[in-house]
Amino acid sequence: MHMKQKRHLVLVGNGMAGARLLEELLERGASESFQITVFGDEPYGNYNRIMLSHVLAGEDGEESIYLNEIGWYAENGIDLRSGVRVVDVDLPAREVVDATGARTGYDVLVIATGSSPHFPPMDGLRREDGSLLPGVSGFRSLDETRAMLEEARSGEHERAVVIGGGLLGLEAAKGLQNHGLDVTVIHSPAHLMNQQIDADAGAVLRRSIEGAGISVVTGARTTGLTACTEKGRVSGVTLKDGRTFPADMVVVTAGIRPNTDVGVRAGLVVERGIVVDDQMLCVEQPVGSQVYALGECAQHRGETYGLVAPLWEQATVLADVLTGADPDAAYHGSRTSTKLKVAGVDVASIGQSGPEHPDDEHVVFSDVRRGLYQSVLVRDGRLVGATLLGDTRKSAALQQVFDRGLPLPEQRVELLFDLGDTAEGSVEDLADDAQVCNCNGVTKGDICGAVADGCTSVKGVMDATRAGKGCGSCKEVVSKVVEHAVAAGGGALTEDPSVHWYVPGVPLRKDELVAAIREQHLTSVSAVFAALAPGGAEDAKSKMGLTSLLRTLWPTEFVDERDARYINDRVHANIQRDGTFSVVPQMKGGVTTPEQLRKIADVAEKYGVGMLKVTGGQRIDMLGVKKEDLPKVWADLDMPSGYAYGKSMRTVKTCVGTDFCRFGLGDSTALGIAIEERFQGIETPAKLKLGVVGCPRNCAEAYVKDVGVVAIGGGKWEVYVGGAAGASVRKGDLLATVDSPEAVIQLTGRFIQFYRTWGNWLERTYDFVPRLSVERLRLVLVEDSDGMCEQVDAEIDAACAAYRDPWKERDAPDAPGRFSAPALPLLPLPVVPSRPMGAPGGTPREQLPVEIVMPNEEALMAGAQQ
Amino acid sequence: MTATTATTAPTAPTAAAPGVRVAALAEVPPGEGRAYVVDSTTGPAQVAVFHHRDGRVSAVDAVCPHSGGPLADGQIDSCVVVCPLHLNTWDLRTGESTSGQAPVRVHGVAVIDTPDGPQVHVTPA
Ligand code: SRM
Ligand SMILES: Cc1cc2nc3c(=O)[nH]c(=O)nc-3n(C[C@H](O)[C@H](O)[C@H](O)COP(=O)(O)OP(=O)(O)OC[C@H]3O[C@@H](n4cnc5c(N)ncnc54)[C@H](O)[C@@H]3O)c2cc1C
Ligand code: SF4
Ligand code: FES
Repeated sequence: MHMKQKRHLVLVGNGMAGARLLEELLERGASESFQITVFGDEPYGNYNRIMLSHVLAGEDGEESIYLNEIGWYAENGIDLRSGVRVVDVDLPAREVVDATGARTGYDVLVIATGSSPHFPPMDGLRREDGSLLPGVSGFRSLDETRAMLEEARSGEHERAVVIGGGLLGLEAAKGLQNHGLDVTVIHSPAHLMNQQIDADAGAVLRRSIEGAGISVVTGARTTGLTACTEKGRVSGVTLKDGRTFPADMVVVTAGIRPNTDVGVRAGLVVERGIVVDDQMLCVEQPVGSQVYALGECAQHRGETYGLVAPLWEQATVLADVLTGADPDAAYHGSRTSTKLKVAGVDVASIGQSGPEHPDDEHVVFSDVRRGLYQSVLVRDGRLVGATLLGDTRKSAALQQVFDRGLPLPEQRVELLFDLGDTAEGSVEDLADDAQVCNCNGVTKGDICGAVADGCTSVKGVMDATRAGKGCGSCKEVVSKVVEHAVAAGGGALTEDPSVHWYVPGVPLRKDELVAAIREQHLTSVSAVFAALAPGGAEDAKSKMGLTSLLRTLWPTEFVDERDARYINDRVHANIQRDGTFSVVPQMKGGVTTPEQLRKIADVAEKYGVGMLKVTGGQRIDMLGVKKEDLPKVWADLDMPSGYAYGKSMRTVKTCVGTDFCRFGLGDSTALGIAIEERFQGIETPAKLKLGVVGCPRNCAEAYVKDVGVVAIGGGKWEVYVGGAAGASVRKGDLLATVDSPEAVIQLTGRFIQFYRTWGNWLERTYDFVPRLSVERLRLVLVEDSDGMCEQVDAEIDAACAAYRDPWKERDAPDAPGRFSAPALPLLPLPVVPSRPMGAPGGTPREQLPVEIVMPNEEALMAGAQQ
Repeated sequence: MTATTATTAPTAPTAAAPGVRVAALAEVPPGEGRAYVVDSTTGPAQVAVFHHRDGRVSAVDAVCPHSGGPLADGQIDSCVVVCPLHLNTWDLRTGESTSGQAPVRVHGVAVIDTPDGPQVHVTPA
């Protein structure tokens, strides 16, 4: 009964290289032979450092960047000491010493301590105690990112200076600019990203960056920082040439330095990094001692790396060596090529960036205005370098030519432009080991493997391999490879079938669902589940969509089950982050009266409304009303609901039109009011916003509304559909020009009813109209090609006739506690201001612990937000 | 915390019924939730009680662990509750989140028949 003693592997550094090594080890069954302990300086599991750029930019929440959360370690039998720094290694005793003074023995030690930001010497950089001047930060860790994000969002700072215009600097600049800061990048070499690209490409990149509103200063060294003594924080930077730039925040991204102190303490050979051999074993260590290093802290054949792709290769080799899966595995160094999205610009660089020999052929295509720069460098008939900026679609193909020394076309320019061929480059020609996703180290082979294992959809492969889940610049290639691999296997590319279902819980498209509901006369949401859902199971996320559909199909017979409504539709108001609600009364066409305004003012005072705000929809929002006050507020207002919460017709914005405007060609205000009155409260697949303007100057933004109406003179009106100016911006398509307000109302009604019938759940008209095409809509709705206009008109009439102001429910709520039962929120919640910050009488900023909460990504994708 | 916001004053457990009565079942419409404050060993607990359409009841913490949302105002089916604020989901039987959030506590809950109709009793976890 003798169990083989497991060897103890200690990993110092829980960053991207260390974590990848763990995954590779587990994949090779290392938990059989090793007991693993991990020391990580940062108090987290491990996260995707690359994504910090997205976090700083506010595009991703912290929680979405974790690769393995703390629980993952325990699940895999790994002892994680997170937040514990290793300070020393006792090589002879084979022990590491951590910051608590504790010693931990090891049989095998792996050092993966990464790098730290380099702070070039600058006057005033540090305070007396050695800490950084407040307001100055590096850009490496989650903690630094979090702190910068908080400062950037505080609204207290206006200007930021980024010192260093490499990859990190540009990402930091873009991130801070996203939060409204005025950003200047100061870079001491002569052009941006000089590590990766040549001067001409740098000039094109600079234009793109400046075009995005970021100031760039090159060839300028920062020599000092100034501080504001009052605030005790940075106030500006001083350049060598004497220029000064004011700054409330300074980010230093002037290079990185490998973290070698653990190696130095241990007495290992350290040059720029900890020197390792081809098996990642540290050189010249005592015989029998097993200390390895990988990642940015390691120096291999004279190279240290600053990007993730080489680390993946190192981790694979080391895992092969440690587990004996391939004892002869060897790392030969990585060709540094990069494909990145930097501050929104695609950049790929392969091999050398510019010519060095007189005989080098350097073929350049540059289109500064469009931000394009592409070049190839050929020496002795072989590709030795390529730089692509703005359009990197050719990079995978070029990489392959570079890696394998493939013969080149006689016309070198064909390397950049596949004359004749489609511009996409052929994924078919890619080698299996060609890396497609650099961020997560996924090769074409990995993708094909996932397909061979049964994934047949792009989404499925992305989930299985993590390809495309880093910076996202490779998504297009990933889709192509999947498409190709599936076809090569004789299969057909699938989409997750659920993408076509009307709601996730009932496996039917909208037309099939409508047919089944009509045929079986299903008038309630529970009846639909019972008859049509697998196993008759209800599904919480499907209820809202079904309610909307049933109301459309059965204007009078619909059996209303309140639990099938979203909270907003149960209480006819919009839930806020603190569990209170907003109240937006109808204000047709944006026109109001002194009497209405007086009532609103009185109600706001009486119920302590948190904020009174003029909305982007031309009416007034009362925010912060308690649920139990809603019926009283409505009663006191005695105005109808503005449906600001529903998937329904919201507002009709109007301009002042002929009555007042010297350019007015039609009475847009009156027509807008008439339209709003007619279609008030009509539920639609997604919200519906309208606008009417008195001339093509378009003051009420009718061109970008779901339905927009424009007076063009001579009594004529243009009706546009499918416009948007929200998350996507689209000018509406002209459906028809008609010659009376009545005709406008009729055509609008037809369009709305058609959209109600054929639009998918949560599909805004900006997707619906292009899906069906405006030509088809015109045939059906204007020319009546299908002879259905009469019926459509009758249906919308019936729907309009069924309107009842939901706020009337104040007198007879449908259920006990509908409004009176508080949902008890709750413990200390984010505080909503009692007046906007900065406004007269507003809450001071420092009293506002308002933090940003990220919605459920998937739900957002599904468009399920209100 | 304001324990007084409970709509029904909880009454002490009796020998026959487990936990404390928080409401008549009829006060929680089918398919919906309501929140109550219930005393527990660790102080007053805010509990969301859900009345499933199949007649069962579930009870979990009323405060969404994600960002304090009112779970009782969420939508449910026979398995999960969807928080109204950011649409994260939790399994009502295990309390585990099915969208990657921290779990909620699951509280004991029973429906006791009385001459005044069925009553909901909660035993805080
Ligand atoms: C109050 C208001 C902002 C304001 O202070 O002005 C507003 C507030 C909200 N908007 Fe909006 N939108 C408001 C005008 C707009 C406009 C401008 C307009 O209507 O002319 C747009 C662009 C037009 C459009 O919709 O295409 C707009 C595009 C959005 C979008 C993006 C929709 C899209 O598909 O592109 C969302 C998110 C969504 O629907 O998923 C959104 C979502 C929201 C929600 C409902 C977020 C939510 O789910 O809770 C906000 C509710 C705040 C609250 O708690 O009350 N809001 N929102 C405006 C109310 C107008 C009104 O009187 O009804
Ligand atoms: C904002 C940003 C954007 C980036 N974008 C890209 C990109 O788009 N593409 C790309 O290829 N690369 C990018 N990189 C670079 C990439 O993140 C690094 O190459 C990679 O993280 C290096 O991995 P590593 O494990 O060697 O070091 P790290 O990820 O830094 O991990 C080292 C870990 O060791 C810990 N540690 C250090 N010393 C000790 C000690 N004594 N005891 C215990 N723990 C210790 C550190 O706290 C750290 O957690 C980016 C980097 C940043 C900061
Ligand atoms: S959804 Fe966004 S833009 Fe609209 S009100 Fe909320 S925060 Fe503002
Ligand atoms: S507060 Fe519940 S999901 Fe965000």
